[in-house]
Order: sequence, then structure tokens, then C-alpha cells
Amino acid sequence: MARRTFALNRLPGFALIAGITFFLLYLPILTLVVFSFNAEASMSIWGGLSLDWYRAAFTNRTVQEVSLRSLVIAVSAASVATTVATLAALATTRTAAFRGQTLIYALIHQPLMVPEIVTGVALLIFFAMIKVYTGYTGLAYLIAAHSAFCIPFAYLPIRARLQTMDITLERAAADLYATPLQTFRRITLPLLMPGILAGFMLAFVISLDTVVITELVKSAGQDTLATYMLGQMRRAVTPEMYAISTLFLLLSIVAVSVFFLLSRQRVG
Amino acid sequence: MDTSADERRILYNQPPNPLRPEIAVTWNATRSDIEIIDLSKVFSSGNETFKAVDHVTVHIPDNEFFTLLGPSGCGKTTLLRLIAGFEQPNSGRITLGGQDLTALPPNRRPINTVFQNYALFPHMSVADNVGFGLRMLGQSRRQIKHTVTEMLALVEMESLAHRRPAQISGGQQQRVALARALAPRPRVLLLDEPLSALDLKLRKTMQSELKRLQAETGITFVFVTHDQQEALTLSDRIAVMHNGKILQIGSPQEIYTHPAERFVADFIGDSNFLTATIVHTHAESATVKLSSGAQITARLPHAMSASIGRTVTVVVRPEHAMLADQGVLQGTLEHALYFGTDTQVQIRLSDGELFTLRRQNTVGQLPLPALGTVVNIAIAEGAAQVVRH
Amino acid sequence: MRPLPLNHPTTLSRWLLSTPALVILLLAASGPLLIVLVYSFLSPGPYGGVVWEFSTEGWFQVFFSRDIFDDSVGPAYAHWSIFWRSVRLALLTTLFAALLGFPTAWFIATRPAGTRELWLFLVTIPFWTNLVIRTFAIQEVIRNQGLINSVLLNIGLINQPIQMLYTDFAILVGMTYVFLPLMVLPLYASMDKLDGRLLEAAYDLYASRMRVLWHIILPLVKPGFIAGSILVFIPAIGAYVTPRILGGGRHLMLGNLIELQFGQGRNWPLGAALALTLLVIVLVALLVYIRLVMRDPEREHG
Repeated sequence: MARRTFALNRLPGFALIAGITFFLLYLPILTLVVFSFNAEASMSIWGGLSLDWYRAAFTNRTVQEVSLRSLVIAVSAASVATTVATLAALATTRTAAFRGQTLIYALIHQPLMVPEIVTGVALLIFFAMIKVYTGYTGLAYLIAAHSAFCIPFAYLPIRARLQTMDITLERAAADLYATPLQTFRRITLPLLMPGILAGFMLAFVISLDTVVITELVKSAGQDTLATYMLGQMRRAVTPEMYAISTLFLLLSIVAVSVFFLLSRQRVG
Repeated sequence: MDTSADERRILYNQPPNPLRPEIAVTWNATRSDIEIIDLSKVFSSGNETFKAVDHVTVHIPDNEFFTLLGPSGCGKTTLLRLIAGFEQPNSGRITLGGQDLTALPPNRRPINTVFQNYALFPHMSVADNVGFGLRMLGQSRRQIKHTVTEMLALVEMESLAHRRPAQISGGQQQRVALARALAPRPRVLLLDEPLSALDLKLRKTMQSELKRLQAETGITFVFVTHDQQEALTLSDRIAVMHNGKILQIGSPQEIYTHPAERFVADFIGDSNFLTATIVHTHAESATVKLSSGAQITARLPHAMSASIGRTVTVVVRPEHAMLADQGVLQGTLEHALYFGTDTQVQIRLSDGELFTLRRQNTVGQLPLPALGTVVNIAIAEGAAQVVRH
Repeated sequence: MRPLPLNHPTTLSRWLLSTPALVILLLAASGPLLIVLVYSFLSPGPYGGVVWEFSTEGWFQVFFSRDIFDDSVGPAYAHWSIFWRSVRLALLTTLFAALLGFPTAWFIATRPAGTRELWLFLVTIPFWTNLVIRTFAIQEVIRNQGLINSVLLNIGLINQPIQMLYTDFAILVGMTYVFLPLMVLPLYASMDKLDGRLLEAAYDLYASRMRVLWHIILPLVKPGFIAGSILVFIPAIGAYVTPRILGGGRHLMLGNLIELQFGQGRNWPLGAALALTLLVIVLVALLVYIRLVMRDPEREHG
């Protein structure tokens, strides 16, 4: 590429600002990670490497409970969101415009457009009504709220994958005597799989991240890790939270890396 | 490869294996000629409609290499997709061996397609691609393996059976696509510009390969291309399409030497179009008077009404005209372009039109007259052809 | 006769396939918004919730307040200052994100083809990690006993910790940090499409680096700027977590004000009206965005 040879695209100071940006992006996170191994409970003193805070986090019953709840909600919501998003993507991608298509798009993308706090209070009001009516106060509310919120995030990578998929492959299958169901099972689904997995990973991470909706929708004793940490921050900060943060950071990074690798995979 | 062409042909023409019954209905027909009857396909987007295929009627007999030729957008690919079943016609019928196919989905037609970009399944090996149709037809694993080996041998791709499509070259993908479409033993093979993605040299090789396969398998090929040279080389018959209609059907020689329409003459090869008046008509030809006043005999297209005194267009191919001492046309030598095997000579006629003729370059030939010289042009006997507009 | 229902779905089957997603979205995202509209016109219940009596008091209280003694009507200064803070901080966040994001996106876009995706990935990693954790990390860096103050105290540059936490500045830093990737990604996308030959042509015609930046690059990546701005502005104006943690409960933004009405405030109709006010601000921003995109003749670059 010619534009690389002559540094034509070098703009003065840009690399420096980019460097500073990357530094600032990682400084806070690295601070948490580094000080989670600090034997001292302070930022001003480095007391040597220690796993004490991890030990404390692992033996903390509340932390175990909220972490488990976070994972249960994230896996359920991501599964629901990915399943329905796959169907919706199949219906709305690679087609000529059809009646109501814009409405479907608008509904699917609505959670991206409306601020979380607005969706949160809307759900608070709506679920409060249902709770009074049915008396049910279980996790289903949180799972439903997270599923809806995650749908656009699951939908986008699946749709992107579908769009790059050559529709003649399915035609070729039909030409070779495959029934529509066989075509879906043997051609469409295997080729779509990386997109579906990527969508699942993204939905999973988003669900772990969703704090405002959770805070507003949760019943008593339904803290997730995110709302638990939010509550803890009002009190004294302990390095135990550094350890928890580091672990969840790791989980998110693994999930996102998988997403990244999957969505990079080309069709064919 | 040690199986001879004859042996391979016998292998290929084994009686069909047990198939899904709904496909076997048409499969067992003794004839496999295609009859397309008054077929139309209209696409509409918003208020605009586009007649992609406009009342086409054509009969393609068994074992023919039939080519649909035309510029892009002429409807040739749509016609192919209608035969394959990817599109539903607005009106008209398609029959195969006398049985109506029109309502059948593509997966129930004993017709296979070689797609323009091959459409090989990227997540399957070459062998699995070739075996896909057989698998869908419910054949046993052993049968599939047998046929796949046979098909890969037919296209000389045995050694790459376990590769993925992305790991083989364009020409090899082309062969796999062919093998995949041939494996279920279709009665008709549709080929949608299958050579357009290949470079010139490979295209030439694949052309003869296609010809060989058609001869060996003995099935009907319907081939779509916009490349006139390819069409002339490969086909038994060519149908030239324009604006959704078939303008002319005939053997390559017929189409080239006796184009019936001005569009056909213009699209295939180079042409001189001369304005002339009909002086006298015969059974299949007419005596016409050129602008120079000279009279020549020109062939009439089939079923063209040619009344005396009517102004018509006459086509003369550049290689069918020559410089001579005495000729039917006169003009000034304007350009000479050297092409190696021949020289293209452009002459400004007295009526202002430009006439092109092609002169073979042979050893010891007389040199061309100097530019600006007035020259006479003779037209070979039987080379002039009246065309419809 | 539909030969391929799955590959060529009819309008009906498209709707059927979309139904599960739409049901969930209607029940747990879009539908409840309508209930918010209803609630904004009801009277507050004594312990939260509502009394089913029509009232415009909720909407009235968004903008005005009544004096408790003489019932005279005046502007709701507290609300107005929170609106102003929200809009101001959201705009400043957008600006800072653009100032940092543009060079960063350019840096990534000019890396060798193989490594660009990796740099992009590095920008997005913090974005995908939990918002509470990221905001918490910022807090730990800027609080009085935090990293910056500890370092500065230790090297003796200051002898009193600088108060950064619980200020508008802290919220601005936090939001810029949190939403920066949303600016970088669309900017990168439009830079990636930029034809390098255009730069060559500009240099060939005697443009300086700055002029190339101003006359060629900026106009061509404008769609990326517009998209990035809307992506940053919307979550910033509705931010809740960042102002709650870094603003320390005194520097409220709209999101916190809304939440307050459903908690200690016990004024659900006011909360509902405030939430809809926020929604209107977002819709206006989106409309402006659509206008800008539509008007841009170069939108195929975006």
C-alpha cells in the first residue's frame, strides 16, 4: 500500500495523544489489578505480593452468592436473547423490504436508544404492578429485563454474519435436493454458528454489565455482583473489592476475546 | 487416470440409485428435453416493473449444449434461475420430458446448477460438497463414497478430496462445482457464467473440459454467458437474448453468418451496416441496391416480409469484404490498423459512412494503397445479410 | 406455492420468526414506556407508588416549584441546575471523547493492516468490562487516598491531597473514560474507508499536513464524528452510575434525580415525568443526528 511508504498519513502529535489515551484507558484497570495483590490495604504503601484479598473474596458468602446470581442471570438472559435474536435476524436479513420491517428494527434497537435509567424505571413500575397482582417476586423479572436489554447486542453480530453469507449457498443446497429444513440444518446453521456464539458472548458480557436496570428491578436480596459493588462503594472500600473486580475483569476479557476471535472468522 | 472416456460414460449412465420418491417421478422419464412455453417473469420494486423474461418459448432437445447469450441484464440468468426453480414465473410453463416442472421447488427438480461463483459450501470438504446432493437424496454412505470417487475422477480432482474449498484454486473450485452438480445425475445441467471468474488461459482449458464432460455424460447443458467467443466455441445451439426476449436461435455458424436482427449482428462479431433498397425478392434472398447504386444479393431473415422498394439494413462482416479493382462500393482509405494476423482497413464511403474490412496478412502480399487513395470494395458472394431492427 | 420458506420467508413467516423477540421487547422494554407515560399523569402515593387520580402535578414539578408557605409558583431551581449539569457534562464528555478519540482512531487506522484489529480490540476491552468496576477503578485513582494523590504526596509535590472525587470534574473524567470507545469505533470505521490516494492527491497539490487534515480528512470522517457524538451523548446524558459514584450524591445528574423519586423521594409521577423529559432530550438529539446524516452528501462514507 502506497500510503504507508511515505508516512503521508502521519499527523503531528497524534501518536502521542493516542499513546496517552491508551495509557489512561488502562491505568485505572491496571491499578485495580496490581493493588489486588497488595498485602497492605492502602494505595500509599506496597506491602508485597499477597493473595489475601482473593482469599477473603472467596470465603465471603455474600460475594459467592451475588457472583453466582450474576452468572445465572447472564447465562439465562444471553441464551434467551441469542435464541430469539437468531430467529429475528433470519427473518429480517437478506430480504427485500417488507411491511413492518422498520417497526421490527425500531423495536429491536430500542434498548440501545433509550437511556438505561428510563427503561429501568419503566420496568420498575411495570414489574411492581405484576408483583402486586401475582405475588411472584423471583428472578424471572431480572432475567426478562436482561434478555430484552441484550437482544440488540445478540442480534447485531448474528445479522452481520448473515449479511456476509452468500445466499447462493442455500440455493445450491436446494438445487442439490435439500429440503428447506435440511438446508437450514446443514448449511445455514453451521455457517451462522460463529455469529450466534459471538452474539451469545456479547449478550453475556452486557448482562454482567447491566447495573442500572438491575438496581431498579431487583427485589430484596436479589443483588447481582454489579449492584452489590455499587452498594459497597457507599461504605468503606476494601481491597477485597479489587480482587473481585480483577476476577470479573478477567471473565469479561475472556468472553470478549472469544467474541473477537469468532467475529473475525470469515465465511469460508 | 486409467479409466477411459467410454468406461466413465458407462459409469455415469448407470441406472439411478433409489431416490426420494417425489423426485423419482420426473427422474424416471425416458425423455429429458426441456420445453419452455410462453414464460414471463416480471420484477417489481415500488411502482417500477421490469420484464426480465418476456414471453419466451423455446425447446431444448436432449443431449444438447444450449447457450443463452446476451449482454448483462438481458434476462438470460433469470431464465436459467426459472429453469432451476429459484424464481417462480409470472406466467408460462416449463416442462422436462413432457412433465410440468413449473410448480416444483428446486429441491424436487432433477436439474442441477453450476453457480457463477461456484457456491461451494465453505464448511465442508471437497468430497462432502460433491456428496451433498446424494446425501440429501438419502443414498447410503457406501453409494455416496463410490459416486464421489467416480465424480472426482471425472474432473481429475481425486487428490484434493479432503481439502476445504478455500484451500484450492479457482480452477479447481470450478471442477468441484461441476462434479457436485453432476454427482446426483441430473437430466439437465445449468451453468451460470461458470468460467467468468477464471483467467483467460484457464478459461480456455475449462472450455474444452466442459465440452468433454458434456460429450461423456450425454446430458443437456444449458449454459449462460455474455462472452460471444465462448458461446461460439462451445455451443450446439445459441439463443441470443435481449430485453427479456430471445431474438434468434441457431447454430453458431448460423448466428454468425446469418444474423436475423441488427442487435445480433452488432453483439456478435464486428459488422458493417449498409442502408439498401429492395429491388427484387427471391425465396430466401433479395436483390438490394446499395447507396453506391450497385446491386448485390443478400439473404433475407426467416419470415421477413420484404416488399419491393422497402429500405432495409444489410450486414457485411469485415472479413467478407475485400479491396478489389472492381467493387460494389467506393470510398477513401482513411485508417489502417495492424493486428498481426490481419489488418483492419477503414474506408470512408461516398455517402459518409465508415466501412471496415479485414485483410489477412500473408507473406508477399501487395502493400495497402496509401491513405487518402480512393479504393473499390468487393463483397463476397452470399455474405450480405438483411437484418431486422 | 412457496418453495423455500426458510430462505425466502413470506411477510407472515418473517413476522412469526420475529415474534419471540418482539414479545420480550414489548413486555420488558418498549411496552413499559407507555405505562411510564400513564404514571406521569397520576398522583403520588404516600409510601411510593401512585394513587389512580389524574394529575398534572408531576409534570408541573419537573419545571416549577410551589413555595411551602404561601403557595407561590417559582422555577424549580434545583431541577434546572441538574438539567444544566447533565447537558453540560454530556456535551463536554462528547467534546473530550472527540479530542482524545480522533487521534487515537487515526493512530489505529494507520497501523499496518494486520495489527489494526488488535489495537481496536485493546480500545474496546475496557468498554466491555463492568461499568461499576471501571468507575470504581477511576475512583481509586482520583480519591484523596488514591493513586494520584498517594504518588504526588510521596514524591512531595503536594502536602495536601487534591480534592478530585465528588466534583463535576470527577464525573467528566469518569464519563469520558467510560464512553471513549464509543467515539473511537465509528471514527475508525470512517477512517478505514478513507481512500489513501486522496491524501496523496492533496499532498501532490501542495497541501501541508495541517491543510490535509482540515480540508480532506476532517470532512471525510465527519459522519464518524456525528455517529460517535450521538453514541457518547445519549448514554452520557442518561448516566446514573458514574455521577452516583464519582459525584458522591451531591453532584446529581438527571439519572440520579429520576432514581431519587422512586426511592427516598417517593414521588413516582414526578420520576415518570422526569424520565420522559430525559427521553425527549434523547429523541431530539437523535432527530438532530438523523438530520445531519441525511443532509450530508458524503454519507456513503459513513
